[in-house]
Amino acid sequence: MSFFGIKGVHVPHRKHTADCHPERMPIPKTVVIPMAQHIGAPAKPVVNVGDTVGVGQVIGEAVGFISAPVHASVSGTVKKIDTMPNSNGGTMTAITIESDGEMRAHESVVPPTVTNYEEFVAAVRASGIVGLGGAGFPTFVKLSVKDLSQVQEVVLNGAECEPYITADTLTMTDRADDIFEGIQLLEKYLGVKKVIIGIEDNKPQAIKAMQELSKKDSAIVVKPMPAAYPQGGEKVLIYNTTGKTVPEGKLPLDVGCIVMNVTTLACIAEYVRTGMPLVEKCLTVDGSAVATPKNVIAPIGTSMKDVFDFCGGFKEEPRKVMYGGPMMGIAVPTLEEPILKNTNAILAFNDKDATLPDETPCIRCGNCINHCPLNLNPPAIAKALASGEGAEIAKTKVNICMECGACVFVCPAHRMIVHRNKLAKAELRAYQTKLAEQKKKEEENK
Amino acid sequence: MENNLIVSVSPHVHGKRTTFNVMLDVCIALMPAAIAGCAIFGLKAAILCAVCVASCVVFEFLFTKLCHRRTTVGDFSAVVTGLLLAMNVPATLPIWQAVVGSFIAIIIVKCLFGGLGCNFANPAITARVVMLIAFTGTMAAAVPPMAIAETVDVATYATPLSVLPGGTLPEATLMDMFLGIRGGALGETSAAALLLGFVYLLVRKVITWHTPVVFIGAVFALAFAITGDMTTALYYTLSGGTFIGAIFMATDYVTSPSTAKGKIVFALGCAVITTLIRFFGSYPEGVSFSILFMNILNPYIDKWTMKKPFGGVKA
Repeated sequence: MSFFGIKGVHVPHRKHTADCHPERMPIPKTVVIPMAQHIGAPAKPVVNVGDTVGVGQVIGEAVGFISAPVHASVSGTVKKIDTMPNSNGGTMTAITIESDGEMRAHESVVPPTVTNYEEFVAAVRASGIVGLGGAGFPTFVKLSVKDLSQVQEVVLNGAECEPYITADTLTMTDRADDIFEGIQLLEKYLGVKKVIIGIEDNKPQAIKAMQELSKKDSAIVVKPMPAAYPQGGEKVLIYNTTGKTVPEGKLPLDVGCIVMNVTTLACIAEYVRTGMPLVEKCLTVDGSAVATPKNVIAPIGTSMKDVFDFCGGFKEEPRKVMYGGPMMGIAVPTLEEPILKNTNAILAFNDKDATLPDETPCIRCGNCINHCPLNLNPPAIAKALASGEGAEIAKTKVNICMECGACVFVCPAHRMIVHRNKLAKAELRAYQTKLAEQKKKEEENK
Repeated sequence: MENNLIVSVSPHVHGKRTTFNVMLDVCIALMPAAIAGCAIFGLKAAILCAVCVASCVVFEFLFTKLCHRRTTVGDFSAVVTGLLLAMNVPATLPIWQAVVGSFIAIIIVKCLFGGLGCNFANPAITARVVMLIAFTGTMAAAVPPMAIAETVDVATYATPLSVLPGGTLPEATLMDMFLGIRGGALGETSAAALLLGFVYLLVRKVITWHTPVVFIGAVFALAFAITGDMTTALYYTLSGGTFIGAIFMATDYVTSPSTAKGKIVFALGCAVITTLIRFFGSYPEGVSFSILFMNILNPYIDKWTMKKPFGGVKA
């Protein structure tokens, strides 16, 4: 690995909304709240059609360990509980609530009692907070550490390396106190001795705000990083802030790190202080088709359409609309898609930006290989995928690909590398399942 | 409106690089050498350039039409091949032989192996080698530069590389050699012009420094080690096709390794073979042979020098 840390790709920044302080949008008429807004088992609905709900009331209960509860984001009446298509092409259960316009908090919303580590983790679980950087991994699971001495440092992810998105930047500038409170909670209940905040150097205002915090607490270290995508990728962030390599198949905790998005931590602090779970989200609304790009605080479950309308609607016909930034964002088929817990941006592109050039033959320039933050070899992955041999795919280590898209960005032939890597991962999983089954059978036969 | 949304896999933005602008950059980088070639060898050189480029483009167009494939002429790669081929032949080469060379480069080496990105060897280099063997008389002709053509006996004019092994230094001064006032293929003589192209390619980040610097550096070092004389070593380095080979042919994306480590191994291999042929082989020049040979080894070099996946554990 390079002495200078993992280098990245210079993607355009387009942080137009860096100075747009979040505006709270009017209460939507209805919200559609999916039960699966996190990695792990979907929550189980615990309300019925016709029930009256208050803001912050649990409407979906966590099922199993890796799961998170879901709360009502508006007060009103439950109108529907049904399945809807999700952005991954499958289906999910969602609860539709018609707002009464009052935003009345539910009586269960009271600050939690937190006096020790167990209560802290339980509080984070009850808050419904998941990784807000985009992954949506239930945060309490990350904090559930068997041996607290294992945790050497917490790395706060303020890299925000995707183009357009400024929601985390504004968390750092506008909610620095929440972040500070959150850090103190981690120090108090997890015994954390060192907190590193990694921020790309294209956000001087955020770096400044966080450096103010480090003056108050010597455990806080602000680490400006070159603005080179994908600094915010978990493994990249850990390497570039601590020099540690997370091995394949291991978690950051295995090298003594807990990685958390800055907004996630701010939300934890807010929950511990107020008892209001994660029911609204600050997100960046931008893209060439949007009339007035801004940062918006929207109740979870608000439709994209309502949020775009709040931003003055479209100045051009939108041809591509996505959750998240343009490098890893998920394009959606309709504007009815709801804002989720981990939505940090919604973008709408005009025709010019939405249509991408066709794939042309690979000229083997090596750009993808030389720009992959994880040193993968995309042409070899494509070759292995075409061969259909699971063993060949396994050799390419495509399983560690985080689908950051740096390879596609630098490809002069516009090869659909992320697409092929996703396919290769699926093939690999199928192959590994088959292998495991075979092994099991053999053992049974013995 | 709802049904008008495009759903596609991420990423939704691309960089500015395209195959076309990579190829265009290579053409621009070749311009100083082409202009120098025309200035040194006259109108014949310009005509040859035009013939090679035109015939390469036409051959590629006809082949794709004939095979009902999407035509790839627009990506400019055939133009690059044509231009490189012209740079690699003497200015006095008969037109029909240049057309045959283009046929070998485009149809046999490139199209028959699957077109852009699928050829295992550099088309222009392969064509040069085939022509050198097929048309030895005209390909190995020692064409004196126009500036001295009137003062030397064309029949006995020798290229620097053909006199060096005899222990005598060529008539051209080192400055002449650097500027390209010497015999040789029309685009290979002017190291100065080729270096200008190299700087352009570096600035535009089309290629990295590894291959050219290691190739040229190692040719010099080996010549110095063998002859023990700085001046002779410099003559060797500036002779033949070292510069055009190192800057434009050994850096061909398709037929050279992807990683920096691989590029260094590839360039070292080229330099060693070039030197071996120059000093111990029967041909005076070995750059084309060395690149062609390393092209064949390329898949192995690429495999051995690939980066290790980050945190990867052995399967």
